[in-house]
Amino acid sequence: MIDVIVIGAGPAGLAGAITCASSGLKVMVIDEFIKPGGRLIGQLHQELSGEWWNGIKESERLHQEALKQSVDIRSGVSVYNLEKDDDLWNVHTSIGTLTAPFVLAATGAAEYPIPLPGWTLPGVMSIGAAQVMTNVHRVQVGKKGIIIGANILAFAILNELQLAGIHVNRIVLPEKSPLSGKAGEPEEVMKSLLNAAHLAPSPLLRMGSRFMKNDWFRKTGMRFFPKSGVKVNGTPLLLRKAALEVIGTEQVEGVRVADTDANGNIIPGTETVYEADFVCIAGGLYPLAELAAVSGCPFQYIPELGGHVPHHSETMETPLEGLFVAGNITGIESGKIAMAQGTIAGYSIAKHAGKGGTAIVEQLNQSVKNVHLLRKQAAIQFYPDIESGRRKMYDLWEQLYANPARLHTEEKLG
Amino acid sequence: MKKMTRLLDHPILGKLDDRKAIPFTFDGKTYEALENETIAAALLANGIRTLRIHEESGTPRGFYCNIGHCMECRVTVNDQANVRACLTVVEQCMVIASGKQHPNIVKRMVEQQ
Repeated sequence: MIDVIVIGAGPAGLAGAITCASSGLKVMVIDEFIKPGGRLIGQLHQELSGEWWNGIKESERLHQEALKQSVDIRSGVSVYNLEKDDDLWNVHTSIGTLTAPFVLAATGAAEYPIPLPGWTLPGVMSIGAAQVMTNVHRVQVGKKGIIIGANILAFAILNELQLAGIHVNRIVLPEKSPLSGKAGEPEEVMKSLLNAAHLAPSPLLRMGSRFMKNDWFRKTGMRFFPKSGVKVNGTPLLLRKAALEVIGTEQVEGVRVADTDANGNIIPGTETVYEADFVCIAGGLYPLAELAAVSGCPFQYIPELGGHVPHHSETMETPLEGLFVAGNITGIESGKIAMAQGTIAGYSIAKHAGKGGTAIVEQLNQSVKNVHLLRKQAAIQFYPDIESGRRKMYDLWEQLYANPARLHTEEKLG
Repeated sequence: MKKMTRLLDHPILGKLDDRKAIPFTFDGKTYEALENETIAAALLANGIRTLRIHEESGTPRGFYCNIGHCMECRVTVNDQANVRACLTVVEQCMVIASGKQHPNIVKRMVEQQ
């Protein structure tokens, strides 16, 4: 008999599993990747203090701690459905149907694709794919690459590729279109990078923020952005070049680009081809929430959180009895926040299960406070308005679920 | 394509542990993977990026997301179709086949009209 099934062995899922198990619950964690850690295992960057954040070491620490608490971790197991049957959740997986009264959905995030002609050619990959191939599998993705899309994730992974000796030749923007949205508008991209530069004195962004902090540059904005780009850790960032097409027959041979005006509109007659043998598409992250959706959980679109998120409280409950969430499924933030949210979910589940005695309420409160503290200390944010996005979700929760009597009256009135 | 180098030494992550070489076949040819390596990583290290051709158009496809979301890397493993190369670890003497183009009889009929 299992008490809690955790879906996802990333920072949120493992932290949640550890907390549940240390409160006396029997926990099983399932994950479809070949080993535990989730996307934490790809992460590698230098902290403000100069220390390295080594995701592999962090996940190993969580993994060992989980094993010490007798958490049963199953890697290589996929979940394809989630439904409730009376008091128990049925988790339909590639190793059969598992049942438990509590489920923690910690499925993380996925990358927004930016489709462009030729993007199906072998050698075109999401920026996260390059990260995993480099830091986890340790196989070179190519000899000379181009990144399409300029955002925090792209810069973080550019740095990781360079550390591993992988040569990235240029960063260009996607062509402005309904699919690329703001990622194809140089001024919008500039604004978001300035935002990051302001927030982040970390070595990771310092490399790119030197020029962004220049007042003259801020004032003149995109109009005088040099055609040859501005170097980010040695790689030219070309905000006024847009990728029109990935070219090649059997695999990537290059990217056809054109100059753009400050608004991202193509300037006719400026097309040129940059040679490359791999291309990374960096469209940013969104909460991966299909399993919460098939379970019947209501959703809200909150762009400040990165997309559609399942309704949830600050203590990680969903409106569905026994279903909890943690990590990037609730909004895009760092692995540290995901871990801290996993701890909240763990205490929350323990409290619902009647475990942890009188201390549990205080532990739960403290874990919520800890997330606030970590968020304030965060050097970079993938989505700069994350605080207001979080507030929107919790306000919505108060309105819809915290005071059901009032809701009932409103429904009657309505 | 030229073979891609394995990143044996990394300034922060350190040296790769010595791992056993494991033989497997892809479309009838024998290659070597390292122990606990995914099919996608092992093939890339052997210089192979094309994992399938599109069932309808016949155009080449490789891995895209590398973490199981996009389904672009599906191959046939020991006669089991639609296995994700990015999530499946190579095992001793595994028989892997790339995805092939399927006949589209209806489309051909429409084209002939």
